[in-house]
Amino acid sequence: MKFRAANLAAPTLFGLGVLLLWEAIVRGFNVPRIILPAPSAIISRLVYSVPTLAADFAQTVQGVLAGYAIGCAAGLIVAILIDRTPFLQRGLLPLGNLVSALPIVGVAPIMVMWFGFDWQSKAAVVVVMTFFPMLVNAVAGLASAGPMERDLMKTYGATYGQTLTKLRLPSALPFIFNALKINSTLAMIGAIVAEFFGTPVVGMGFRINTEVGRMNIDMVWATIVVAAVTGSLFYGVVALIERQVTFWHASYRQRPA
Amino acid sequence: MKHVLPVAIVVAAIIALWYVACLFMNAQLQRDLFANSGNTTYSASDFVTAEWSMERPKLPAPHQIVAELDHTIFGMDPSSKRSLVYHASITLQETLLGFAIGSALGILLAVLVVHLRGLDKSLMPWIVASQTIPIIALAPMIVVILNQFDITGVLPKAVIAAYLSFFPVTVGMVKGLRSPDPLQLDLMRTYSATRTQTFFKLRAPASAPFFFASMKVAVAAALVGAVVAEVTKSEDGGLGARLLAGSYYGQTVQIWAALFAAAICSAALVAIVGLVDRATARRMGYAR
Repeated sequence: MKFRAANLAAPTLFGLGVLLLWEAIVRGFNVPRIILPAPSAIISRLVYSVPTLAADFAQTVQGVLAGYAIGCAAGLIVAILIDRTPFLQRGLLPLGNLVSALPIVGVAPIMVMWFGFDWQSKAAVVVVMTFFPMLVNAVAGLASAGPMERDLMKTYGATYGQTLTKLRLPSALPFIFNALKINSTLAMIGAIVAEFFGTPVVGMGFRINTEVGRMNIDMVWATIVVAAVTGSLFYGVVALIERQVTFWHASYRQRPA
Repeated sequence: MKHVLPVAIVVAAIIALWYVACLFMNAQLQRDLFANSGNTTYSASDFVTAEWSMERPKLPAPHQIVAELDHTIFGMDPSSKRSLVYHASITLQETLLGFAIGSALGILLAVLVVHLRGLDKSLMPWIVASQTIPIIALAPMIVVILNQFDITGVLPKAVIAAYLSFFPVTVGMVKGLRSPDPLQLDLMRTYSATRTQTFFKLRAPASAPFFFASMKVAVAAALVGAVVAEVTKSEDGGLGARLLAGSYYGQTVQIWAALFAAAICSAALVAIVGLVDRATARRMGYAR
């Protein structure tokens, strides 16, 4: 799929329109700064407090990335392991599905107690949150190679490892990337919520919670802008890698006009 | 029912592992406790039983959590502020209200996106982008803003629950409303059906499986939103408030009990949606 200017223009115009409307409403109706600051006020606040925001960013992202890497890797490895034993698969998968519907962010206070206030506890929350989506998706992905392809591998006399690396992992990639994308959002959420439960005096979740208390709503919005851009970039990078790696998948193939 | 035995065995293994983990995680704490009380002549079995029945363990044993759940659910007046039924009912109210708002909004957006070409191009990217944002970050602020308008109680938290639950509905329903294949749409055209007729007779029924799949995700997301919103505004109670209070006072058993209560609520809600799904599927004839 080629990027066409028109595809980008419509949402950009829409977004700019919303921002303009927002600014106009805030100025026109004299909305108090405490309820809703104007976009221009938020931007000036953002520029003004770059050092603080940068420190918050570094603190939070540390936990996000560490937890994301460990959680996704663990989910994938466990998926490959239980893939060999159908018994575990039948036992673990319903549980995995159940757990992914549970409010796992709730483990945040427990992790803060176990691992302290610093980023390690945030990473731990992220590990727990990202593990199950990856497990469930990867198991489904590993099962997605068709019987025809598997038979072909068998006629080639391929070993288990060869079938895994040459057929089943590649065919699982779309599922794995799906989990990676879901997890990129979950990881940010997990880290920020964990910071609501206790953190050193730095971090995006901490900043939001304290500045709300001090009624510095423009600072809250500035932090949210940083969090939003970080989250979108994170997602975007994963989606970009996905497009490079799974270019062969049906959803990226060009449609005949 | 070939899943029952494996699941039971895995669950049993997890519980066994849990007890073992308790021994490791609470060992230091219990050693200190014994040392402080001057007890130096304890046997190994004393030590183990003590570890499984500490008041503020690092990791409570499963039976302690069950006892706490039993005590706070059945052993108390449901209107008492220490009863989990009281807190769970608050959380459920917020969840259900938020779920209702969120899914109504989600369906509305999906219908608009499917029918207005311009919106598909301009709005859809933003709907997707809105989810890459750690929405929960907005929770404390939404509560404060709504407070300015004298909106308090259940509604602010329901709004956050709604924000979290509308997205899966929109995405699922857009997919579902577009799921009729071109042949079927052509058939509607040969009948010279209006857009409304096509919608109600073809698109809406075709989207039913997608509808229920996204409802399951949405109701679980709504509960997460409600719990997190309660953390940021804990004076009104709710399971999230229990979590926060437990973490303030180091009441680990209370935290775990609240966590399990939230999990039970979530699982029950998803199961209810699943039941409705199955009943509808059978009536509409798409059940496998």
